[in-house]
Amino acid sequence: MASGNVEKLELSFSAVPDKPKKDWVLMSLRVLAFLATASATLVMALNKQTKNFVVATIGTTPITVSITAKFHHTPAFIFFVIANGVASLHNLVMIGVDILGPRFDYKGLRFVLIAILDMMNLVLASAGDGAATFMSELGRNGNTHARWDKICDKFESYCNRGGAALIASFIAIILLLVTTVMSISKLKPKN
Amino acid sequence: MESITKARKICHLLLRFLAFGATLSAVIVMATSHEKASVLVFQFEAKYTNTPAFKYFVIGNSLVTVYGFLVLFLPPESFLWRLAVATDLVFTMLLVSSISAALAIAQVGKKGNSHAAWLPICNSVPKFCNQVTGALVAGAIAVIIYMILLLNSIHRVLDPLILRKC
Repeated sequence: MASGNVEKLELSFSAVPDKPKKDWVLMSLRVLAFLATASATLVMALNKQTKNFVVATIGTTPITVSITAKFHHTPAFIFFVIANGVASLHNLVMIGVDILGPRFDYKGLRFVLIAILDMMNLVLASAGDGAATFMSELGRNGNTHARWDKICDKFESYCNRGGAALIASFIAIILLLVTTVMSISKLKPKN
Repeated sequence: MESITKARKICHLLLRFLAFGATLSAVIVMATSHEKASVLVFQFEAKYTNTPAFKYFVIGNSLVTVYGFLVLFLPPESFLWRLAVATDLVFTMLLVSSISAALAIAQVGKKGNSHAAWLPICNSVPKFCNQVTGALVAGAIAVIIYMILLLNSIHRVLDPLILRKC
């Protein structure tokens, strides 16, 4: 009878898992989001186009002026680059934390911090997105009421590259939203 | 324990009411901003419908106002609160992107952009610019309150029985 009890005790001790299983779905989502935000940052930061314009003609020689369109001419795009840069850094740090596992835990505070930081990241990324979307819309269509000319007909590839960076940022936001919902759902009540 | 629960619920309700008020005032202030001005020979009127960014701001904030009004009447123990937290997250994103877009366009209107040859318009229509600034401030307050509400929901998930001050 006593040996039966001891056997039962031993079985129950070995059935306790010593490592929580890794969440591969969350990790792959974070990797994808990191790739999307990093590519959005890089494409927008390296966005540059120079074009020569004929300003006046003296006699037979035209005077050309070369104008460059860069991303840091507009505060909206600067904010876009900064926001997506911070977001990709955050994703990188979160991937590192996921890989290193629960070694850096303090009474379960890890999950709360991850959820809160994920939320802040989502808010920052969507703010950068909103500003850049409407600024590029202004550049593409101009605004007749304020007499602002559109610039996309002259700087075609600058606008296209900016649009590509925006699409990457939209994909990143959707991925970040799913990631945030998953990290919040990982929090469990203390009882 | 009962009084703490009640204080917490009142605090939560107060926060939601403040958020509803902030978004409502942002919509009203932005929608009633218009000013006529004459530059040289032209007569032009500055309204919020001139820019898609301001239209997006008004539409986004009115959606959140309707949602905030409906959520005020949700009974406190219903199981729909999980859906409310998820919708809170999505609407916070909407609010943040709308205020960021409106801020970007308003900055161009105030300072112009010398590289693109865009002149600032705030000198001709100062009253319109001031009202837009007021609407943006109300929108910013709404964003901050919604983020506090999100942190509050996370806190509530963690210890539903041990209730502290909100």
